[in-house]
Amino acid sequence: MSLFLKLLFRNKLAGFGAVVLAVIVVLALLTPILPLHPPNATNTANRFLRPLSDGHLLGTDHLGRDLLSRLMWGTRLSLAVGFAAALVAGLLGAAIGVMAGYFGGRTDNVTMRGVDMLMAFPYILLALAIVAVLGPGLLNALIAVAVVNIPFFARNIRGVTVGIAHREFIDAAKLAGMGHTRILLTEVVPNIVPVVVIAMSTTIGWMILETAGLSFLGLGSQPPQADLGSMLGEARSALITAPHTSIVPGVMILLIVMSVNLLGDGIRDALDPRLRSGALARPMATTRVERAEAPVPKGDGLLRIDELETQFQVGPRIYKAVNKVSLELKPGECLGLIGESGSGKSVTALSVMGLVASPPGVITGGAVRLNGQDLIGAPYELLRSLRGRKVAYIFQDPLSTLHPLYRIGDQLIEAIRVHEPVSHAQAHKRAVKLLEDVRIPNAAARFRAYPHELSGGMRQRVGIAMALANDPDIIIADEPTTALDVTVQAQILALLSDLRRSRGLAILFITHDFGVVGQLCDRVAVMYGGRIVEAGPTADVLAAPAHPYTARLIACVPELGGGRRVMAAIPGLPPAVDDLPPGCAFAPRCEKAQAACRTGEIALQGEARKVRCLFPEVAP
Amino acid sequence: MGGYILKRLLSAIPVLLGITVIVFLIMAMIPGDPATAILGSYATPENVARLNRHLGLDEPLWKQYFIWLGNLMQGDFGRSFALNRPVLDEILDRFSATLILAGTAFVLCSLLGILAGVVSAARQYGLADKVITFVVILGISVPSFFLGMMMILLFAVQLRWFPVSGMYSIWGGGDLPDLIRHLTMPALALSVVATGVIARLSRGAMLEVLRQDFIRTARAKGVHERRVIWGHALRAAMVSIIPVLGIQAGFVLSGAVYIEMVFQWPGVGRMLVDGILKRDILLVQGGVVFIAACYVGFNIIVDVAQAWLDPRIKT
Amino acid sequence: MTIALKSTNLAKTFDIGKRLIGPPRAQVHAVHPVSLEVKTGETLGIVGESGCGKSTLARMLVGLTPPSAGTIEIEGKALNRADPAAFGRLIQYVFQDPVSSLNPRKTIQQIMEVPLRLLHGLRGRALDDRIAELFDAVNLRPEFLTRYPHEFSGGQAQRIGIARALAASPRILILDEPVSALDVSVQAQVLNLLAALKSEFNLTYLFISHDLAVVEAVSDRIAVLYFGSVVETGPAEKVFAAPRHPYTKLLADSAPVVGKPLGGAQAGELPDPLNPPPGCAFAGRCPRATDLCRAEVPDLRPVEGDQFAACHHPLDP
Repeated sequence: MSLFLKLLFRNKLAGFGAVVLAVIVVLALLTPILPLHPPNATNTANRFLRPLSDGHLLGTDHLGRDLLSRLMWGTRLSLAVGFAAALVAGLLGAAIGVMAGYFGGRTDNVTMRGVDMLMAFPYILLALAIVAVLGPGLLNALIAVAVVNIPFFARNIRGVTVGIAHREFIDAAKLAGMGHTRILLTEVVPNIVPVVVIAMSTTIGWMILETAGLSFLGLGSQPPQADLGSMLGEARSALITAPHTSIVPGVMILLIVMSVNLLGDGIRDALDPRLRSGALARPMATTRVERAEAPVPKGDGLLRIDELETQFQVGPRIYKAVNKVSLELKPGECLGLIGESGSGKSVTALSVMGLVASPPGVITGGAVRLNGQDLIGAPYELLRSLRGRKVAYIFQDPLSTLHPLYRIGDQLIEAIRVHEPVSHAQAHKRAVKLLEDVRIPNAAARFRAYPHELSGGMRQRVGIAMALANDPDIIIADEPTTALDVTVQAQILALLSDLRRSRGLAILFITHDFGVVGQLCDRVAVMYGGRIVEAGPTADVLAAPAHPYTARLIACVPELGGGRRVMAAIPGLPPAVDDLPPGCAFAPRCEKAQAACRTGEIALQGEARKVRCLFPEVAP
Repeated sequence: MGGYILKRLLSAIPVLLGITVIVFLIMAMIPGDPATAILGSYATPENVARLNRHLGLDEPLWKQYFIWLGNLMQGDFGRSFALNRPVLDEILDRFSATLILAGTAFVLCSLLGILAGVVSAARQYGLADKVITFVVILGISVPSFFLGMMMILLFAVQLRWFPVSGMYSIWGGGDLPDLIRHLTMPALALSVVATGVIARLSRGAMLEVLRQDFIRTARAKGVHERRVIWGHALRAAMVSIIPVLGIQAGFVLSGAVYIEMVFQWPGVGRMLVDGILKRDILLVQGGVVFIAACYVGFNIIVDVAQAWLDPRIKT
Repeated sequence: MTIALKSTNLAKTFDIGKRLIGPPRAQVHAVHPVSLEVKTGETLGIVGESGCGKSTLARMLVGLTPPSAGTIEIEGKALNRADPAAFGRLIQYVFQDPVSSLNPRKTIQQIMEVPLRLLHGLRGRALDDRIAELFDAVNLRPEFLTRYPHEFSGGQAQRIGIARALAASPRILILDEPVSALDVSVQAQVLNLLAALKSEFNLTYLFISHDLAVVEAVSDRIAVLYFGSVVETGPAEKVFAAPRHPYTKLLADSAPVVGKPLGGAQAGELPDPLNPPPGCAFAGRCPRATDLCRAEVPDLRPVEGDQFAACHHPLDP
């Protein structure tokens, strides 16, 4: 709760809204005991007194009634009606939505058809019809506004409930012996409450507006009682002669609704966990760079990464995802970069072309040199012209990485035409050729398919074709087969291997699978806690790992044909990269760790075989 | 596509029937006796009974519904007793005025809202985003009728740029420029709230889409950032923006009721409010059914647009 | 040895495109009639690729998905088809996604209490003692009990999931891809824990995975699923070493192994479930397929000893 309030008030606008609303609510509550004129006392002699008149701070209306007094009493009414309508609509709508979403099937079908039917009316028609039946009056206007808004809540909450009802913890609750009622109350509803609160807080303002609107039309509160809407309605005929009678209640409505909306947005932001973690930030076109100076190049090569440092800055925390990583890729070579989740292997790969999501990603040091040209901090237009043309990417999940609404052929054509001013027809021809090259059967027909119409393996072939579109020198493949089934994975790996040899491609292959590295890569680099701990020719590293982490990780991997056995495991957990221990990051899990391992910087040593360890398994 | 449109049209039939049932039931619940309302409280019981029989009000409820429905199908919406003319004629006369007002406002709010939302998302936390966010909050918080009144004070009374009210000038008007002069203020006032809502939603949808993997793919291909935002991202965001446009069309149509009152615009909104206050049931009943049917039709267009945009829907 | 779990012709058909009234637009046979037996104390491994129906099969076995046909017997007693609580005391489930299987708004203590209270009626001291015992068994520290699920790593959350399943004191555990969301170094910890728990609590396991090596390492017997049907079963040491069904062989050859050249790459993918082919579902990808295979569905029949294959032309060992 205190966290919630802290988050809420971190948002200054929401704090402002909360203060304004609090002042208005307190004044409205105190109205009966404030020294005001009676709101309905007419005095036709003092009609349309201007504001700041003697005894009437805000002036008087067409019947000579004190505007300040009427404003305060009207505010009371409007607030009460708006909150009541939101509460009624929110609770009833949520109840309907939860029931429909949880039970599904026919209950859901029938309820939602009814809701759709109600939503087929522009809402005011329904409100007008309800008022027509019940007759004008404030309570009836409240009912109308509440009823009209129930379908919106019901539909919204139903959607969320369906998502929750299919989560695994609901299944677990069923297996633990819970009945429907208990599951609804203890498992579903607690997860729905924030959504209901958000929905209500963002619609209260709207409901206040709506009831004011009905009153404005003369269908809400009836004279002499007046809420803000009917004050405005009565003042309309004197708009030109006595504008203050309109402006006073109008500004009050604006103030109330605006403060409610600001506060509602604040509540929404504070309750939404994604907003809290800043995950809703939009990634920029290139990763932000905050680098003091570029390190001197330590050699040449097609692609050289020197002491690259990439961090994620989330609030006060700094995650050192990539920590002084150096790699080198020669033409036509396949380098495997292997590590567990969180080791920084993907971030390293994405940093090359400035594709790390930023915010929160920042490149804070190091250099990435393509043919000697430093890309870190390079102008956007230079990076863009190299992306896809010199260095192309293949990503993990081909369903989410292809645009769902463009035909795959058009996505290929775009990839070609971004870098080469060829005609559409030419690009089309080349695109079909590319699809054939990645062995997509019936390429000319598949050209017009959308990604969702293809299987996972076919989609990944499209991804590969797109990477090949401009004959790049380097392909960076970020776990391209992890999301695929093992038989399809074998097909894709064989394809990549063939393409690499026939086109002389250099590949940086990111994976967590030693088997894949062993089959595909010439050299391998092992990452742990954001650093390279070992590198060298694949066969050597796999046969005789030098770093204890590599050795033990390889031992963990079960191999087919090994039979039933107890598996080797590494105790403990991988390190959190926002809180790395001094010295070797693996030391807390390492059997061989000595005091020296836990202090100071440990260098990556060796030439062809490199290892970052004081007590390596074999001499590098 | 043709098959989808046909399917969608057919699925509208039960919705339309449902609408007529709801409207009929609501109207049937109205207390009081229409015959008495028509003839006045001094009418003799015999006359009331005769008129009831004449109007078919002595039949059972379900039979009344089918009679009414049958008449509706033949274009007979009944006769408004307050105006003493056929309901349909009155509706048609006034609906064109509402359509001009609401249609203009809808186009305005769609274009401005999406534009503001995209710019806001593309410059998240930048100056443009902050300004737009603040204006949008202001926009969704101001009652449209109050805004309209303030516009009249400022632009019509003080600055005399636009006429105070009405749809055409009484003398020498009636042409397009005259209509535009009269239309500007009410259309703007009507579009403000919806513009705000659409802008907020578009911003959210864009931010959501911009985090997706396929945006990273587009950037990795070397696509220009302008095209990433206005092509790849906006196209995907439209999938969640278009349904909102459909809902907002209903809100614009609803808001037209207030704006027609403020600007004396001769549309159906004012007709309905007058009808309710005068208990002119057939007029209200017919008007509600007519507008709801138009709205259903509009939503079919929205759904078809959605299906055209998103190939995953048709399967 | 007694039979712990037995399914007879268990099948599941999903309706696609339900209407308010009238029949659905189409049906998908997610699981074709499957008959399985798991002996007490045994681990049966189930392997298959995505879309083969392994999760649907598992969910039917614990009563989370009502089967369209067939029966389930646990220790000789037929089970009511659709009451998960009746299943709960006998058979429990460990979920693939450890974090999603824990309610984010409950503390671990609250999560652990539910099965103990509802299935075994424990209260007060007895309840706390039992939770402490279970936490000890899965090597978790008792101070974790007051925390919320999002504070745990995948491996820890999976241990909590296992502890919760054990709280029901079941006879059988269904493990649905219990380690596929975990990193290798943590995966081995969880697999070893599962092995230790099995002997400590006399459990019977049904272990589902797409990872052949993992399944082979933990199972006594293995069943290979393809397109909703069991295509091969047999002792763990024989199924991948000497596969009899061509699909099993394709699977075994596809697994990337250090030192083995890239191979086993064979074109073809799963058939369309809305429009399944007549005959053997694998015929379209099979190098040995004949007209018989394309016309007639092969039954699961003994090939050699206790190795069974559903193939008209089984491979030689």
